[in-house]
Amino acid sequence: MLLILLQDYSGSRRTMSDQQLLLIAVLLPFAGAIGIMLCGRRPDLREAVTLTTAATVCLVVINIYLRFLDGAHPAVDIAEPLPGLSIRFEVESLGILFALVASTLWLITSIYAIGYMRGHHELNQTRFYALFAVAIGSTLGVAFAGNLLSLFLWYEILTIATYPLVAHAGTDEARRGARTYVGILLATSIVLQLLAILITYTITGSLDFREGGILAGKLDPAWAGLLYALFIFGIGKAAVMPFHRWLPAAMVAPTPVSALLHAVAVVKAGVFAVLKVTIYIFGTDFITNSGANDWLIWFAGGTILLASVIAMTKDNLKLRLAYSTISQLSYVVLGALLATNIGLLGGALHISMHAFAKITLFFAAGAILVAANKSEVSDMGGLGRAMPITFGAFLIGSLSIIGLPPFGGMWSKWYLGLGTVESGQWLLLSVLLISSLLNIAYLLPVSVKGFFGKTRDGTTYTRIKEAPASCLIAMIITSLACVLLFFYPDTFYELALNAAGGK
Amino acid sequence: MIEQNLSLLLVVIPLLSAPVTAMLPNGRMPWLLTLTASWTCLLIAGWQLSVVIDGNVISYELGGWAPPWGIEYRIDAMNAFVALIVSAIAAITLPYALLSVEKEIPRQQTSLFYATFLLCLVGLLGIAQTGDVFNLFVFLEISSLSSYVLIAMGEQRRALTSAYQYLIMGSVGATFLLIGIGLVYVETGTLNMVDLNQRLHPILDHQTVHTGFAFIVVGIALKLALFPLHLWLPNAYKYSPSVISVFLAATATKVAVYIMLRMVFGVFSNDFVRITPTDHMFLLLGVFGVILASVAAIYQTDVKRLLAYSSIAQVSYMVLGMGLASVLGITATLVHVFNHALMKGALFMACGALVYRVGSSRFEKLDGLGRQMPWTFTAIFITGLSLVGIPGTAGFISKWYFVLAALEHQSWLIALVILLGSLLAVVYMWKIVEVMFFRPVPDSAQSVKEAPVSLLVPMWVLVIANIYFGFNTELTVNVADSAARLLGVAAYHE
Amino acid sequence: MIDIIVGHYNYWVVIFLMMAGFYTVISHGNLIKKIAGLNIFQTSVFLLYISIGYVSEGTTPIIAEGFTRYSNPLPHAMILTAIVVGVSTTALGLALVVRIKEAYGSIEEDEIHDQDKSL
Repeated sequence: MLLILLQDYSGSRRTMSDQQLLLIAVLLPFAGAIGIMLCGRRPDLREAVTLTTAATVCLVVINIYLRFLDGAHPAVDIAEPLPGLSIRFEVESLGILFALVASTLWLITSIYAIGYMRGHHELNQTRFYALFAVAIGSTLGVAFAGNLLSLFLWYEILTIATYPLVAHAGTDEARRGARTYVGILLATSIVLQLLAILITYTITGSLDFREGGILAGKLDPAWAGLLYALFIFGIGKAAVMPFHRWLPAAMVAPTPVSALLHAVAVVKAGVFAVLKVTIYIFGTDFITNSGANDWLIWFAGGTILLASVIAMTKDNLKLRLAYSTISQLSYVVLGALLATNIGLLGGALHISMHAFAKITLFFAAGAILVAANKSEVSDMGGLGRAMPITFGAFLIGSLSIIGLPPFGGMWSKWYLGLGTVESGQWLLLSVLLISSLLNIAYLLPVSVKGFFGKTRDGTTYTRIKEAPASCLIAMIITSLACVLLFFYPDTFYELALNAAGGK
Repeated sequence: MIEQNLSLLLVVIPLLSAPVTAMLPNGRMPWLLTLTASWTCLLIAGWQLSVVIDGNVISYELGGWAPPWGIEYRIDAMNAFVALIVSAIAAITLPYALLSVEKEIPRQQTSLFYATFLLCLVGLLGIAQTGDVFNLFVFLEISSLSSYVLIAMGEQRRALTSAYQYLIMGSVGATFLLIGIGLVYVETGTLNMVDLNQRLHPILDHQTVHTGFAFIVVGIALKLALFPLHLWLPNAYKYSPSVISVFLAATATKVAVYIMLRMVFGVFSNDFVRITPTDHMFLLLGVFGVILASVAAIYQTDVKRLLAYSSIAQVSYMVLGMGLASVLGITATLVHVFNHALMKGALFMACGALVYRVGSSRFEKLDGLGRQMPWTFTAIFITGLSLVGIPGTAGFISKWYFVLAALEHQSWLIALVILLGSLLAVVYMWKIVEVMFFRPVPDSAQSVKEAPVSLLVPMWVLVIANIYFGFNTELTVNVADSAARLLGVAAYHE
Repeated sequence: MIDIIVGHYNYWVVIFLMMAGFYTVISHGNLIKKIAGLNIFQTSVFLLYISIGYVSEGTTPIIAEGFTRYSNPLPHAMILTAIVVGVSTTALGLALVVRIKEAYGSIEEDEIHDQDKSL
């Protein structure tokens, strides 16, 4: 299989059609899940299944991307549950961007998770890895969804598949957190998002993604804002306030879960859906003409600021990162709501930049938990001297989130800022700037404290006791990626530009 | 020619099998005969549907007497659909019944039990086949009386009082239906449904006709367990033997929905519904039913009762579809009739498996069983997703059509109620999931094993059907749609 | 006015029996009395059918020379069927009452309810 893919890459032979490749990309993780369940008795074999599946999926997605660059736009219908509406996979630029991010990070997180789960002596590891695979499969389903119904299908499967992952620890606290998680996500998706989808279907008779949207001319502009709001709030995974509480509640999950799912897969599925709806259901012209975004954009702006402020008050590192994520997600929502090419470009780009940066931060947080058994920031004084690589990675991730060069995060912030300027939204520009300052305020102290601070009880760390090796490797890869993405953002930039150009 | 005779055989085969079964010695033989009879019925029902699906109508005159004086069996798409559902559920339940009945029914009553089961099947299939209003009443009473007996055969003594309560309420309801039929007969002089429809048309504003209609609707509403006439259902489902819960939950109320559709839209016609507040009444009662029953389900301490209240809520959805009185609304109702039979059938089968192993369905006895009985638990989980209406399951299709119908009707409130009902379903299904999966297993339950294969296979057939009909809806949606149009319900327009 | 009361006295009887029967079913706690009430209720329906099926000066519905006006046999058939149904229901109900008496020791609804509640 790998050989075939490598051959494809070199362009020498095309043994698989575009459609087949697309199907494999989405269905292989599920097959992997079954394989993992079967190998439950032999941990090393099981881990090998995970890694092989992740690597293969990564290669397949890269292959799809390369063929896309050559002009391939495959689409596959696998069922037609409702008359005129099929379950459809389709390849387009935004989807590939998301799929690339998700599949590469699945591979890296799997490496991380092996070290973490074994180092932390976690139970039920087979269930964990299997559900992880299912979650990624659903994420790829979201990424490659060809219409709104398919998107909703995979979106819901993602929620269901991640519930046992969040409740993994099995303690009362974990169950309560998982209950909040699933409760808010299902409530928003059933009551708000499904309603919005059905209204869209009733008005237009279709749920297809089209350039320029399908609502223009069919929907009275006065109601556009309301429908848009139903979507924005209904897509609970985008964590726009006030439907954000599920994210901090989900932090009871083991750190690999928080890292991949709540820095990358679940949350990005949310903002990805927001972008898809904005570009391909509403269409940017329709939004600007109808003023649908006028008042919604303040919810995004408010979330950015408020979440940053709350992040500053949190001592628990994972909670701090959770609120940071909420804030960063609204950056993407803001880009979508600006409904201009540059705004959308910034938002789409931020999906990839933030993913790599945030996952680095979560990796570091997990490493600190496993190696030093600490979770509160105030406890971490001087720890950086004992765990230099971990805190170094954390520093790099923080700087990328803050948006400083030479880190990838700078680009997305730059374009988002440009977008607000172009739209004349000076207030929003100041929101972005203040939020950057707040980012500094809640992220940098962690590294500073780690390297230069004093320990609580006056002890000094004499020897370096770093995290397990695979955790370190993962962290180093993602932090290098943050730097690399500054110098070579082309892959994601081109994809985002292509998507944003869709009117 | 053959078609008509085969349609009659659908009723005659179980009818003849019943006394034969009663005379067989206790043991496996009654079960075998019942199994054969119901599988034969399934084949006939399936074939029958394939004949009428294009809009044909099968008509059989009993005794050679031509309608409207003779009793006619008239099968169109809707009848055939209901007949298929009933026989399919019977066919799937019977393999399940082998072990379940052996555990719960005393051996010396086995042949009588199966005989009564066949009589119940006769009643339900007869209702689906007949084109005569009084014949409908007779078959309704046959199925009801046998249901009373079957429910009373539950292990606990409360089964007796539940059956008694159901008997009283059910008989009152049937008598109301009888009064209604009588009043309508006074006005028209005929009992044939098609003839009634034609003769009622010019006299729709008569007082007698209205009174008759009211009696008929209330009578059927009682069988339907429409709020507030639902009080008999929770106890009846809880205390009856597991097999009977499966069978009744998946068929009895659905057949009552069919009767309501046939009487309100088929006999009295859409015009009548327009000039009376019938649709508003259905909508109002449906809304109350969905919300109140779902909330009641959340507070139950016993899984079977929880599912019973859930059934009341689901039937209220079907009534909502009727209240919307449009092609989309009736389509939604009929699609949900099918899907709900699949869902509740699977859920009650899972309950029966739990009772088989643990002896009780109370929540306190179910702690952690999800891990001891993984197949049963997964069945509950997937069917729960269907009940909630997660895409990829049959339940989603029903929800889709219901909300679509509500939106077409410009009724935001109804659409919201339907979605809220889904949310409440999430809560009560989650309760089951949490208890069974996340609570630690008590020592007394350590030795509980997974349910036997003959209980698991029918359960999983229904579970897979749930997923299958969530993706391939050709059968359900097409039939429901053509049936809705046949009823003469106009597509909604302002 | 008089005509409405006297001329339709059969319907008044029907209504009276119907209400009496229904009231008995609802209000009495004794299980056998409930069944009796149900029977009265069903009997009123039979009377209703007989009333509406009456053909004045109609003879028995068997074709015979010289008779042109026959009673309508259809309501008769319906009533007979309904009576059979009623008898079956009563029999079943009484059988249940016997079993309930064996199981609970009482046929009063509130006593049974108390016994169940205490479980």
